Amino acid sequence: MARRYTSDLTWDDVTPKALFLNRRQIMAGGGALAASGMLGRAAHAQENDLQLNSWEEITTYNNYYEFGTRKNDPVENAHMLTTQPWSIEIDGMVDNPGTYSLEDILSEVEIEERIYRLRCVEAWSMVVPWNGFELADLLTRVGVQDGARYVAFQTANRPEEMPGLRVPVLDWPYREGLRLDEAMHPLTIMATGIYGEPIPNQNGAPIRLVVPWKYGFKSIKSIVRITLTDEQPYASWNASQPREYGFYSNVNPNVDHPRWSQATERRVGGGLFARRIPTLMFNGYEEEVASLYEGMDLAEYF
Amino acid sequence: MASLGQMAAQSDMVQGLNAGLRRVPPWVLYLAGAGWAGWLFYLAATGGLGVEPIEALEHRYGELALQLIVVGLAVTPLRRHLGVNLMPFRRAIGVLTFFFVLAHFLVWAILDVQTLSAVWADILDRPYVTIGMGGFLLLLPLAVTSNNWSVRKLGGAAWRRVHKLVYPAAVLGAVHYVWLAKGFQIEPLVYLGLILVLLALRIRPKATRPIR
Repeated sequence: MARRYTSDLTWDDVTPKALFLNRRQIMAGGGALAASGMLGRAAHAQENDLQLNSWEEITTYNNYYEFGTRKNDPVENAHMLTTQPWSIEIDGMVDNPGTYSLEDILSEVEIEERIYRLRCVEAWSMVVPWNGFELADLLTRVGVQDGARYVAFQTANRPEEMPGLRVPVLDWPYREGLRLDEAMHPLTIMATGIYGEPIPNQNGAPIRLVVPWKYGFKSIKSIVRITLTDEQPYASWNASQPREYGFYSNVNPNVDHPRWSQATERRVGGGLFARRIPTLMFNGYEEEVASLYEGMDLAEYF
Repeated sequence: MASLGQMAAQSDMVQGLNAGLRRVPPWVLYLAGAGWAGWLFYLAATGGLGVEPIEALEHRYGELALQLIVVGLAVTPLRRHLGVNLMPFRRAIGVLTFFFVLAHFLVWAILDVQTLSAVWADILDRPYVTIGMGGFLLLLPLAVTSNNWSVRKLGGAAWRRVHKLVYPAAVLGAVHYVWLAKGFQIEPLVYLGLILVLLALRIRPKATRPIR
């Protein structure tokens, strides 16, 4: 049973939990729903309605190379990761550096739901109902010092719990980075759940970044370290193949990956005969984020 | 250095293996290959290959083609160096290789890329696609001439020359896989390594020391 809405209701209001536990597909009106609500406006419906991906789709088709390079490796191996206790070391240009336990971090923020499109650089996509909080809230709490311009993130690096680390696919540990204004943008969240459930290990438990207007690999998983810095930080894919993966990696249908087109994407869940759909500029969040890149040549800073 | 006893035992084993293989008619391979391709398609269509069946089916067909090409290239070295005789199946292995490359190509073109203009653009613009396409085209004359009539028509020497195209095709297929992988991945390199070793075993075999 598909439900449609154009109001500013949250996902919880429109979808009984039983529905997604039954893996029923739900119609959700636009990934910008939560974003625009948070920006203090009523949600605006997107031109094309979005169908939420099922729990099964979101949790069995993953890129998390620390657990293997095949899409089903993470769901098979990620159970090995210990996520309790968990803490994040926050350092660099902050007023209150230190090791923050996850409980401590979560005690100071409000978890909300955000339905976002997720666009992988490999040209597939999903629609995911995340639970999380704005990264800006955490950064404000630790106090960003003047002069800080970037935020660096690092994933857990535990060879005994992450079999994929045995293969030097990338220069481990996995690292990513954002410009400070990107990190402070209200669309940028730290996610701790999906569909109201604790986020599964293969999706980046216990806490991950979600930056919906960038290719998925920017949304780094299982974060153990956040560093404020004045220099553009190391970003794993960017460092491994600078010609193929830029530091920004904003979703852009007009700038192809050197090895494949980014003009269209395949929404996971459509089956063997699914049609490709056009990829949207900034993954459909152009209205919210285009101003961040005003005056920049996005073909050069891809 | 193997002892005489070990060599005798190995020889017994090889003879037993060859005797067993002689009892398998080659058409069994065609049937198994076609059946397996159909079964994979059925799985993809019914959710058995996961939530993203297009990519899964494309990759499964492509991997099978690479595995078959490795087996096909192993036929001669196996016979020359170990005495295992897979010659009766060589044609079936080759035809099935082409069949899976074709299936891989069709899934890519029709189900994945979907539009003719995009297929053409990818072949021209994306080197790993160009290379894969090159390998596919090199296999075409081999598939067409994989029958007794063609062997007679061309004559043994010319036919063998044509079928040496499988060497560059195999290398292109492996490079295609290496090139499309993200980051440094082992599996594509294993295929490339196996193919290069199997080709190296063909270089002046009489000038080098016999292997074992």
